[in-house]
Amino acid sequence: MTVTELPRTVVPNPSFRKQVEEKSGEKITACYQCEKCTNGCPLAFAMDIVPHKLMRSVHFGLKDEVLNSDTIWICASCETCTTRCPNGIDIAHVMDSLRQISQAEGIKASQPQVPVFHKAFLASMKRFGRVHEGEMAAMYILKTGGLKGLMSMAGMAIDMFKKGKIKILPSRPNKQVRDIFRAAERKGK
Amino acid sequence: MEVSIYPGCSLEGLAKSYMESVEAVSKTLGIELRELANWTCCGSASAHVMNDDLAVALAARNLGIAEKAGMDLVVPCAACYQRLKVAEKHLRQGKPVEGLPVKYEGSFQIRTMPDFFWENVGEKALIEKVKNPLQELNPVCYYGCLTSRPPKITDAKNPEDPQEMDRVLRSLGANVKNWSFKADCCGGDLTLTRPDLHMKLTQRILDMAIEAGADCIAVACPMCHENLDSKQAEISQETGRTYNIPIFYFTELMGLAFGDPAAEKWLSRHTVDPLPLLREKGLLEMQVRR
Repeated sequence: MTVTELPRTVVPNPSFRKQVEEKSGEKITACYQCEKCTNGCPLAFAMDIVPHKLMRSVHFGLKDEVLNSDTIWICASCETCTTRCPNGIDIAHVMDSLRQISQAEGIKASQPQVPVFHKAFLASMKRFGRVHEGEMAAMYILKTGGLKGLMSMAGMAIDMFKKGKIKILPSRPNKQVRDIFRAAERKGK
Repeated sequence: MEVSIYPGCSLEGLAKSYMESVEAVSKTLGIELRELANWTCCGSASAHVMNDDLAVALAARNLGIAEKAGMDLVVPCAACYQRLKVAEKHLRQGKPVEGLPVKYEGSFQIRTMPDFFWENVGEKALIEKVKNPLQELNPVCYYGCLTSRPPKITDAKNPEDPQEMDRVLRSLGANVKNWSFKADCCGGDLTLTRPDLHMKLTQRILDMAIEAGADCIAVACPMCHENLDSKQAEISQETGRTYNIPIFYFTELMGLAFGDPAAEKWLSRHTVDPLPLLREKGLLEMQVRR
């Protein structure tokens, strides 16, 4: 059953809402379903649970539906919803919290390539202090499309390299950046 | 005038033309840019998606460096700007940073590039340097999401209808068109993870720019530039409509107006070739004359 099939009988369960409120620091119950977030969302057309329904689903405690949704991985963090919410809910931050809860609980992302991308990005950051775009994109493509995928991008990469849009050498590793990653990883455990 | 600059990772790669044009026009305007010593990545979208502590700490580290430098900080990349502003708000509340002690007093301002050129440098200084007014050019200004939103973080004066880039280019003579998509989303990193969705968002922005009567789009963000510039041939193929609208970093247009001979090198890195438009508008002869 998906949320789009509502109405159905739902017994509200506050434990998930409390978990999200604690993680995000945002007050989910402040949402009065005005739909401003959904109306301004540039990606609502591609979401299985549009933003205001997502907020309601969290409120009702529909944990499985929310954490398995496409929505949390399709949101591009443009923050239009956060800017326009009349009740001051940082909806984009709630999206971040939902992604983090879903990752921490080992749920397979409905759009699995999205967390793969972010992990490749963070890995490049941790390795070099600064992100090396060429290396990061290559790692992401290798993990999602394999060698074949990587080869299919070679033409574009050579073209960009010729134009000078790919940095040649990565930056030197940075100890403080590694410390920051270590602290975050420790706390996450 | 001396300012600190936080270039961000993209300005060393994808957005090299942005960096070179920022440096060139700053030099023309007598501004000394001081690159933050040993800066590192701001965390970008990936950090805040995956881990809140990481997102704040990675950005905050750079504010600690800026504090030592003791000058206002300009940030050309929209995404870096927003991440640094998030860290600024965090530090201003006296909250600790996970994994790194950051000495921060908040003695400096963080500015976007358009904001800096309009508010700190000012119209008079800009006009003084114009050699080739951009009179025939009809750009729309595209600010992207993250210099504007959310205003409680970015301190944007007009988050739904930003003005600074419009004013800079108007002062250089451009016939800047008004439109309602200045701060709409280009899809960000969906360009890699869901290219189908990214192309829909991009197409809508290109359509609205054309409808507004624009012959080019000026941007102030590496991601916006890459997303709008690089997929036009593919979008044309898919829709059967031809898209071939040049996308400029607004600082490249400033360089053109100031008659900077390096402009042609910056423009050679674009996917959509802007030279035919510039030739048609008589903005390229001065390059050849040099």
